[in-house]
Amino acid sequence: MSPTRRSRQVAVVLATALATALSACSSGGDGGTTPGGATGTQDAVDAALRDGGEITYWSWTPSAKAQVEAFQQEFPNVKVNHVNAGTGNDHYTKLQNAIKAGSGAPDVAQVEYQALPQFALTGSLVDLGQYGFNAFEDDYTPSTWNSVKVGGGLFGLPQDSGPMALFYNKALFDQHGITVPKTWTEYVEAARKLHAADPTKFITSDTGDAGFATSMIWQAGGKPFTTDGKSVKIDLQDEGAKKWTATWDRLVEEKLVSSIPGWSDAWYKALGDGTIATLATGAWMPGVLESSVPGGAGKWAVAPMPTYDGGAPVTAENGGGGQSVLKQSAKPALAAAFVRWLNNGNGVKPFLESGGFPATKADLGSSAFKDEASPYFGGQQVNQVLTAAAGQVVPGWSYLPYQLYANSIFNDTVGKSYADATGLDPGLTDWQKALVDYGNQQGFTVNG
Amino acid sequence: MAVYLVYTLVPLAWLLISATKTQQDLLSTSGLAFGGTFALFDNIGQTFTHDNGIFLRWLGNTLLYVVVGAGGATALATAAGYGLAKYRFRGRRAVFAVLLGAIAIPGTALAVPTFLMFSNLGLTNTPWAIIIPSLVSPFGLYLVWTYTTEAVPDELLEAARIDGAGELRIFFTVTLRLLAPGVVTVALFAVVSTWNNYFLPLIMLSEPDWYPLTVGLNQWSAQASGVGAQPIYHLVITGSVVTIVPLVIAFLLLQRFWQSGLTAGSVKQ
Repeated sequence: MSPTRRSRQVAVVLATALATALSACSSGGDGGTTPGGATGTQDAVDAALRDGGEITYWSWTPSAKAQVEAFQQEFPNVKVNHVNAGTGNDHYTKLQNAIKAGSGAPDVAQVEYQALPQFALTGSLVDLGQYGFNAFEDDYTPSTWNSVKVGGGLFGLPQDSGPMALFYNKALFDQHGITVPKTWTEYVEAARKLHAADPTKFITSDTGDAGFATSMIWQAGGKPFTTDGKSVKIDLQDEGAKKWTATWDRLVEEKLVSSIPGWSDAWYKALGDGTIATLATGAWMPGVLESSVPGGAGKWAVAPMPTYDGGAPVTAENGGGGQSVLKQSAKPALAAAFVRWLNNGNGVKPFLESGGFPATKADLGSSAFKDEASPYFGGQQVNQVLTAAAGQVVPGWSYLPYQLYANSIFNDTVGKSYADATGLDPGLTDWQKALVDYGNQQGFTVNG
Repeated sequence: MAVYLVYTLVPLAWLLISATKTQQDLLSTSGLAFGGTFALFDNIGQTFTHDNGIFLRWLGNTLLYVVVGAGGATALATAAGYGLAKYRFRGRRAVFAVLLGAIAIPGTALAVPTFLMFSNLGLTNTPWAIIIPSLVSPFGLYLVWTYTTEAVPDELLEAARIDGAGELRIFFTVTLRLLAPGVVTVALFAVVSTWNNYFLPLIMLSEPDWYPLTVGLNQWSAQASGVGAQPIYHLVITGSVVTIVPLVIAFLLLQRFWQSGLTAGSVKQ
């Protein structure tokens, strides 16, 4: 099945499920939708942990298995059934379906930051403030903490973060005498120089990826999505968005970006042989490069994200997420205990060992983590760049309460701009129009 | 013709050649050339052992869904199609209209309502959620109906009745033999659609232990993207080859029946 057809099917399911979930919660009173920043103590959680029991945990992260094993060793009276119910959209579709159906949801689920508002605002997640988890605020970077807070409630604890940096093929840059770009203008120049020197090489690959586009708008200072209760404002032509498209249009229109789709076998191949020279992506990328692009060993390096004005470094988050407790859970306190252990306890260690990039300040600040020299990156202490980026994320970003749906239709709208190599702004305007219409149909009051 | 051959055979050739490569070679060599090492047997071994041998479990699940689901669908379609063609009863035309309507609705559109229904019955995340919907094959029923009108003469049935045979006996000893090519055709369609069924199991099942091959392989493929990506394309490809082998065998074995079935009724005898 072609990816577009599948993603459309997924979109249909998500749309249907979200529609029904929203109508369900609006008819069932406002109780679940307007969390008032519940406060409480962790006593109930500690008690549940002592009593033990059985919970189900849905996650596709590679570290989940090791974490569950370590947890059960520490707490033998708790049984955690780890289920890999699918990756990305498959996982969310199933989660949304189970929520809609009223049964079959796990106690704890992995939820990425971009998906969290959708589940939180439909009243599907437990406000962990009721267990006193708001006390953990200072343990996390502001951007990740902001991502799990929705409408005043706390709907999960952050596990990983993805502050963006510029990964580049240093060997290739050196070969063609290209210096690491500090501004996006220099980046475009580097793209031209590289492609002129060797037409088989491209500065990066981009065929239209919603996650990347929103992160880039974020870095440019854009805040296209604002949600206040059920009223949503969308402005994909704000200053930040325009700043990004002005730069990126040049790359797309001059065909300086490769059209190899991300995460395909051809993409991995291109990262290894230098066809794709740079990636502006999240701090979790080193683990992926190391395990899946052996051909790039010794060639890649990391630099801070280019900026628009060449001034103080600013960046955005790309990817990352945490774990949430589902309202459907029959053992919410025990589930919360597991989430606390995962992201604010001994669970962080197996996560770091599997190459994860943390959201916890203590781990980001530890010298053992920061100063580790990476053999894959030719001995560069990559975490110094990446942990610095974690503190340079532009504050105040938020995703749409139906971001999963939004991302699934990105290619039908903005994707066309990429394919035709025309400007991205008309594509973004189309996307905005589709999102306003959809949001209004779903019971939000959307202005755009 | 040549274009058609290239169009159908090149992807197959790519698949077969790729199955002989290691993950490394897959990413570093051209698609239609062999890699440095011939790793087919290694890959097959790894496919069956990766993640505690879950592939074998998926293969078993698929077989279960096909045998029970497609087998049941064929049996039901045969009995119902025959009944609809040869017996006169009240509401027959209505049944037929519903049937034609049912053919026109794509399974994908029914998946979500089916999910909600099964969820109310507490059947999601169990094999029944795949088997029960697979039992219904409106198109198969329609094929049997057409085939029966063409291949089973009313006179023959009347002769059997005059000889004193009961309706069940007529069905099993007379009709089924005449219908064999049609039934095989229906069975093939049902087997292929159940074997390839993707969307229904995708939304019905959350427990990987009950996945059929299609959903399982996609899960392996999906591991290649995002945070903590672990691409195992070589196993996905080898798994795909292993997945199509039984279908190829089924087609080769049943081809003879199938061909005679398709031409039935095409000329006046």
